[in-house]
Amino acid sequence: MTPRIGVVTFPGSLDDVDALRAVELMGGQGVALWHADRSLQGVDAVILPGGFSYGDYLRCGAIARFAAIMEPVSSFAEAGGPVLGICNGFQVLCESGLLPGALIRNRSLRFVCRDVWLRVETSQTAVTGDLTPGETIQVPIKHGEGQWVATPEQLARVEGDGLVVFRYASAEGMVDEAHNPNGATNNIAGVRNPAGNVVGLMPHPEHAVDPDVGPTGGQPVFASLLAAAMAGSRA
Amino acid sequence: MTFTFEVLVLLKPGLSDPQGKAVESALPALGWTNVSRVRVGKHVQLDVDATDEATARAQVGQMATRLLSNPVIEDFQILEVAPK
Repeated sequence: MTPRIGVVTFPGSLDDVDALRAVELMGGQGVALWHADRSLQGVDAVILPGGFSYGDYLRCGAIARFAAIMEPVSSFAEAGGPVLGICNGFQVLCESGLLPGALIRNRSLRFVCRDVWLRVETSQTAVTGDLTPGETIQVPIKHGEGQWVATPEQLARVEGDGLVVFRYASAEGMVDEAHNPNGATNNIAGVRNPAGNVVGLMPHPEHAVDPDVGPTGGQPVFASLLAAAMAGSRA
Repeated sequence: MTFTFEVLVLLKPGLSDPQGKAVESALPALGWTNVSRVRVGKHVQLDVDATDEATARAQVGQMATRLLSNPVIEDFQILEVAPK
C-alpha cells in the first residue's frame, strides 16, 4: 500500500511542489491540498510546506493559521495523524499552538540560504523514526525569520520533556554558536509535540532528497514520514 | 457607535529585537550617539462598531490576543480609544 501524503498550498507557498516531488521520489503518493478547502481527502499524513503565506503580514504564519484547511489539520493532528511543518509551515504550526515557541527575525537580520548540519535529538517522532539520536543530516536552510524562541516556561518544558527534534550542529554533531545560523535558542532547528506526531523545522528536507542536486539528508526524514503514515493508515 | 482604537504590539522585554538593534546601530552614523534600548514594534489602528466602549474594548482585547499579537513573543497595549 502506498501512503498518501497531503501537501497544503497556501497563497504564497513556494515549496509545495518540491514537497510533493520528495514524497513521490521516496515512494509515497503526493496529494495536493488547498488552503481554502475543508477536507484532507483522507490522506495519511499532512505537510505544511515552506515559502510564504498571505504575504506573512503581521507575523509569519499568523493569518495562515486561520485558513479553512487548518481546522481539519488540527483535528487530524489531535487524533495522532502525522503532520510535518517545514519553514513557513513550522511558523504556522507555532502560531496555531500545535507546537511550542515562535519564530522571529534572524539575529543577524540577514536572510540565510545555505546547507547546514542538523543533529537528530530523538527518534520518537513521525519524521525521525529511521534516524538515531546523535546522528547528523545535511539539509539546506533559506529563511529570514527562523530564530526559534519561547517563553521560559515553554523552553523548560521543551528541553525537559525532550521535545527538541533537531539542533543546528557541525557535521560531527557539535552544537555551538559557530553552527547557529539564525540565533535560535539552544540551536533549536525543530521541535515536536509531546506525542511526537507533529513536528516542525526551519530547514528544508524536501530540498535534500535528490543526489543530483545536493545533499540527501532529507531522505530519512521523508522515509520516516512515509513509514509513520503507513502505520497510521493501518491502525 | 464607532470607536477608534490603536493597538501597540512590542516584542517582550527579554527577547532580542534584531530590528531595534539595527535601528540603534544606524543612529550613531547620523550623529545621535546618546540612544539606547531601541525597540521596534507594530502599531495597529482600527475602527470597531459596537453598542458601547466597554464592549468594543473587550473585542479589541480579544483581537489583540488571538491575531494582532503572539502572546509567546509579544506584549500589547490598547493605546487610545475615542468615539468617532
